[in-house]
Amino acid sequence: MDFSWLSDPFYQAYLIEGFINTLWLVAVSAVGGLALAVAIAMARLKGPRPLAWLVHGFTIVMRGTPLLVQLFFFYYGVGRLLEGVPGVQNSLIWPLLRDPFFYGALTFILSVGAYSGEVLRGALLSVPPGEREAGRAFGLSPFQVFFRLWLPRAIQLCLPTLTGEMILLLKSVPLVSTIAMMDLLQAANIIRDETFLVYEPLMLIAGIYLAMTVVLTLVLRQVEHHFPGMRPTRRRWLMPGRI
Amino acid sequence: MNTLSQEGLLDWAGPIAEGALTTLEIAVLAYAIGLLLGLIGASARLSPWAPLRGLATAYSTAVRAIPELLLIILLYYAGSQALTAVAQALGLPGQYAISGFVTAVGVLAFVQGAYMTEVLRGAILAIPKGQLEAANAFGLSPWTRFHRIVIPAMLPNAIPGMSNLWLILIKDTALISVIGFSELFFTVQQAAASTRAHFLFYAAAGVIYLAMTLTSTALFARLERYVRRGQPVNEER
Repeated sequence: MDFSWLSDPFYQAYLIEGFINTLWLVAVSAVGGLALAVAIAMARLKGPRPLAWLVHGFTIVMRGTPLLVQLFFFYYGVGRLLEGVPGVQNSLIWPLLRDPFFYGALTFILSVGAYSGEVLRGALLSVPPGEREAGRAFGLSPFQVFFRLWLPRAIQLCLPTLTGEMILLLKSVPLVSTIAMMDLLQAANIIRDETFLVYEPLMLIAGIYLAMTVVLTLVLRQVEHHFPGMRPTRRRWLMPGRI
Repeated sequence: MNTLSQEGLLDWAGPIAEGALTTLEIAVLAYAIGLLLGLIGASARLSPWAPLRGLATAYSTAVRAIPELLLIILLYYAGSQALTAVAQALGLPGQYAISGFVTAVGVLAFVQGAYMTEVLRGAILAIPKGQLEAANAFGLSPWTRFHRIVIPAMLPNAIPGMSNLWLILIKDTALISVIGFSELFFTVQQAAASTRAHFLFYAAAGVIYLAMTLTSTALFARLERYVRRGQPVNEER
C-alpha cells in the first residue's frame, strides 16, 4: 500500500474538486428530482388522462432502463443532436449544454423524479380522503389542501423510502465519470493513470463514499425524527420505558 | 468515412443480439450465485454465533454503502489478479488470465449477495414464530424444517424484494461495460461510436433493457401468485 501520492497538491486538488462536484450534483439532483417527483405524482393522480398516461410511460421507461444507458443517451445522443441544431453553438446556453455536469444533473433529476414520483403517488393514495375533506370543510382552497395537508401527510408516510432514494442517488454519482465529469472516481482514475497505482486511489474513494453514506444516513435519520408529526418509531422499542 | 456513416442498426443487429444474450447469461448466473450467497449471509446474520453474525453484517453493510460501479471496478482488478495468481500457483500456463465473463459474474454476484442477504433475512424474520414451533413440535430435523417450512413460508415475503433485486441486477450489468467486457451496452457503445448514430443506438439499448425488465416484471408477478397460493387473499389485492 502506497499512499505517498496523497501529499501531492495536484492530486489533492483533483480529489477536492471531485468531492465538491459530487456534493453539488447530489444537492441539485435531490432538490430538482423531488420537485419533479411531486409534479409526476400529481400528474398521475389528478392530471388529464393523456398526461397521466404519458407520465406513467415516462416512469416505466426511466425505472426500466439502466441509469448508465440514460446518461449516455442524454450526453452523447441528445447532446450531439443539440450540437447540430443551427445557432445553438452561439447561443447563451451553449456553455451549459457543453458541460457534462448539466447532463449528469438532468439524468439524475429525471431518474429521481421517476422513482420518487411512484413512491409519492402511493403515499398520496394512502392518505385517508377524510382528511382532505376536513381541510375543504375548514375553508382551505384546493391549493392549500394539497400543499399544507395532503402532501405533508403523504411525505410523512413515505419519508423512510424517500431518504433511501437519496442514498441511492449518492451512490449513483460515480457513473458520471463515464461522461468525463470530474467526480471522485474520475479523480481516482487520473491518479491511477499517472501513478500506476490501481488499488490505493480506488480504496481511498471507496472509504470516502462509505463515510459519506454513513453521514448522509445519520443526517436523514435526524430529518425523519424531526419531521413534524413523525413519531420516532425506531426509538420506541429501543427505550421501552419511555412510553 | 462515408462507408462508416452508412452503417446502420441492421448491420449491428447481430452483435447487439449476441451482447444481449451475454448480458442475460451474466445476469442469470450472477443471480443464482447471489441467491446462494444471500441464503448463506441471511443464515449467518440470524445465527446464534456472534462472530459469524458480525462477519455477515460487515459484508452486507459495507457492500451496500459503497457505489456499485466503484465496487465493480475495484473487485474486477482485485478479482482477476487474485484468480490469475491462483491459476499460476496451480501451474497453469504462463500468462493465463481469468476470462472477463467469470470476473463479471463473480463481481455482480458478490454485490447481489449482500442485498439478497438483507431481503432474505427480513423475509425469514417475518415468518410467524408458531409455524417454526409447530415444525419443531412435529420433530422435523433442522434440514427438513429449513427446506419444507422456512423456504416455502418465507418466499411470499421475499419475492417482491427478490424481483426488485433481479431488475437492479439487469440494470447493473450495464456497469460491466465500464471495465471493457463486451456485453450488451459495450457493444452498443462500439456501434454508436462507429456509426456516429449515438441517439439511435442508445435509444435502442434502452428499448432492449426495457423489454428485459418488463418481461421479468410479468414473470415475477406470476411467480408471486404461485408462491402465494393457499394464502388468504389480502384485502388490498
